[in-house]
Amino acid sequence: MAKLRSPADLEKKRQQILSQRDPNKTCVTICSGTGCHVLGSDKVSEAFLGEISKNGLKGKVDIRRTGCHGFCERGPVVVIFPEGICYLGVKPADVPDVVSKTLVDKQLVERLLYQDSTGKTIAHEGDIPFYKFQSRIVFGNNTRIDPKSIDDYIALGGYSALAKALFKMSPEQVLDEVKKSNLRGRGGGGFPAGVKWETTRDAPGDIKYVIVNADEGDPGAFMDRSLLEGNPHSVLEGLIIGAYAIGSHEGFIYVRQEYPLAVENASIALEQARKYGLLGKNILGSGFDFDVKIHRGAGAFVSGESSALMTAIEGKVGEPRPKYIRTAVSGVWERPSNLNNVETWATVPLIINRGADWFTSIGTKGSKGTKIFSLVGKVNNTGLVEVPMGMALRDIIYKIGGGIRQGKKFKAVQTGGPSGGCLPENLIDLPVDFDELTKVGSMMGSGGMIVMDEDTCMVDVAKYFLNFLSDESCGKCVPCRAGIEQMVEILNRICAGQGRPGDIELLEEICEVTRDASLCALGQTAPNPVLSTVQYFRDEYKAHIEQKRCPAGVCKALVSFYIQPDKCQACQICLKDCPVQAISGAKNIVHIIDQAKCTKCGTCFEVCPQRFSAVVKISGEPVPAAPPAGIEVIRKKGKQE
Amino acid sequence: MNIDGKEVEAEEGKTILEAAKSAGIDIPTLCYNEKLAPYGGCRFCTVEISKGGKTRLVVSCVYNVEDGLVVKTASPKVIKIRKMLLELMLASAPVLSELAKQYGIEKPRFQSEVTQCILCGQCVRYCAEVKKANALTFVGRGVNRRVAFVDEIVGKGVCMDCRQCYGLCPTGKIPRETDGAYFEGIRVSDVLSRRRAKKD
Repeated sequence: MAKLRSPADLEKKRQQILSQRDPNKTCVTICSGTGCHVLGSDKVSEAFLGEISKNGLKGKVDIRRTGCHGFCERGPVVVIFPEGICYLGVKPADVPDVVSKTLVDKQLVERLLYQDSTGKTIAHEGDIPFYKFQSRIVFGNNTRIDPKSIDDYIALGGYSALAKALFKMSPEQVLDEVKKSNLRGRGGGGFPAGVKWETTRDAPGDIKYVIVNADEGDPGAFMDRSLLEGNPHSVLEGLIIGAYAIGSHEGFIYVRQEYPLAVENASIALEQARKYGLLGKNILGSGFDFDVKIHRGAGAFVSGESSALMTAIEGKVGEPRPKYIRTAVSGVWERPSNLNNVETWATVPLIINRGADWFTSIGTKGSKGTKIFSLVGKVNNTGLVEVPMGMALRDIIYKIGGGIRQGKKFKAVQTGGPSGGCLPENLIDLPVDFDELTKVGSMMGSGGMIVMDEDTCMVDVAKYFLNFLSDESCGKCVPCRAGIEQMVEILNRICAGQGRPGDIELLEEICEVTRDASLCALGQTAPNPVLSTVQYFRDEYKAHIEQKRCPAGVCKALVSFYIQPDKCQACQICLKDCPVQAISGAKNIVHIIDQAKCTKCGTCFEVCPQRFSAVVKISGEPVPAAPPAGIEVIRKKGKQE
Repeated sequence: MNIDGKEVEAEEGKTILEAAKSAGIDIPTLCYNEKLAPYGGCRFCTVEISKGGKTRLVVSCVYNVEDGLVVKTASPKVIKIRKMLLELMLASAPVLSELAKQYGIEKPRFQSEVTQCILCGQCVRYCAEVKKANALTFVGRGVNRRVAFVDEIVGKGVCMDCRQCYGLCPTGKIPRETDGAYFEGIRVSDVLSRRRAKKD
């Protein structure tokens, strides 16, 4: 197709696309994000194709495979437009029903609808609590577009912000608008994007770079990935606008190789944008030149750090630089380089289109707009959620997340990834914004949110994150490399029941030096998981060290399993399931665990029928002596086996 | 600028470490080498700087001098950091015990695999930056980071007559342990195979 040479061309193209589309035509959108893909959305999509032609609906119904809808817990998600009917957990076997009932007869398939706690079904996506309490301004279009189609993006008004910036605004005006919006970096630090842009813009040098940081590496985080996979053009549009404001003609998308779909969709987006004249020389006939390269990262957490990322782009090992000069001034090949995260870039077109005043009307005093979180862990509705800044943690976890799994008790929420902290129940009403989270010893980070219930051991959690960091530290500087190593060592021994008096204080001592003396942000924030758990859950550390007790019953070395002889009904389930044959007994004979053989895998505890509840977990106290072998089961009256 | 109460003049572009040195003020270092680009790895030369009411901790081998900067090279905070860094390094390099004693560390509290190498990287960097031979390299990440000789390059015989890294090594590991031209068992292939064995 011919390149678009003016904003009028773009508008004409949009009208042409829209004229070929009937807004009332039925469109089945099938989420094909990573979560739904794993749950089998490919097969669901094939089934739809088959059923639709079988029912003679070919041409009358569109099928669109979209990026992530966010409700990963209940995938594969299917939404049928224009009504917005949302079916959850759709399997290929459900498809004939959906096609014959909903598409042909215009009736609902009740069993696939969302059901609230009272059993009432909800048909429309927007009415489901998971979606209802969100503000999906950045992420929302994921459900409406095929990420491999630039026309889908243009149909929804895509690239109109770029046209506005290039033709109705000077670079200075674009910069001012972004500064006025107080958009803060979504990648972790929360540094004002406009101020960073200005630094790069004002830095001496003709060649400047703009970069998308898609090196998301936090355990449990997948928002950047889903955005780049599901709506790559929104990220690209933001990047081009930023390049125009900054005066850059070359950009990079740094995306990890482990995100193949993100790499694929971003590559397709670049190609399409070039074909349409939205990327390359003389964009939309404005005279502005800009192009983008994709740099595939080799998958190191530390490469998300700005100077490490830029070193990696140069083709070297991705290690942070020791310099005290900002990468905004001296970055890739020592040229001014502006780095922002995926979500930050995707927010830019919205600000240009709707204005800074609109953007600042959302959020809190210091944190404007919305933020996407990966809500994961022991919460009922795991997935991606986008909420206005300032929403209370409680609302995110209970209203959107649907509360804790299996009715268990909330214990803590970990925000900010490995560099963040764990917040306890008394902080659950905290409004989520950059400054509030930092104040209580955690951070926004890129938006990971891991919910933990009463069965979580906080020392074990700290150990998990520090273990992650000990592998992911580049190893260049001593306080990070050796400091983390020794913290892991101490946490390991506490969890193993070998904790010594003074270990908590020793941890704090190392934390202080690692925080103050490390070369880059990875090391400087690495102590956070330890410090926040020590701050809020010190008693749990003490129980491990002083009483050799793990209150949550997680640390294997501090836990024993015991079968209560008066409750055991000799059902032989645990006996058969024990992977190391540590349980003896027989039919009608009470089962006994051989503590010497037991590996504490917890299988017996899990399989013991709830009505017996004979297996108990013991921590911090001696295991009762095993009863003599061969006792017969005491059966309750009237109960037969 | 002012270093430890002494007014010091320094050329723009010089580091705090260089300025202090020329003023006769000693800041201890482990990974610094004037022939090499600043590395900032050991963090041992950390100092406390203040300007305009703001106080920060920086490494003096990298931070450039500024007009009006007030530098403390041995504040309680700085000493605390150096002591901890030394204690951490001591775990894998007991050879540092003499230096540690100067800081009052008698009984180290940490243990680690003893390599006698603190990964200051002077050998690696000298070989790359000055000799341009690249016979040494870092292998691995985080706690698995090691210095190793690149088999293919060493095999060409470049190390035989050079041995300049011998004198650079602050722990003396290289001259003490090298057999002939390079570390026995510390070639890239050995490090990797050891790591593989550990994983299995």
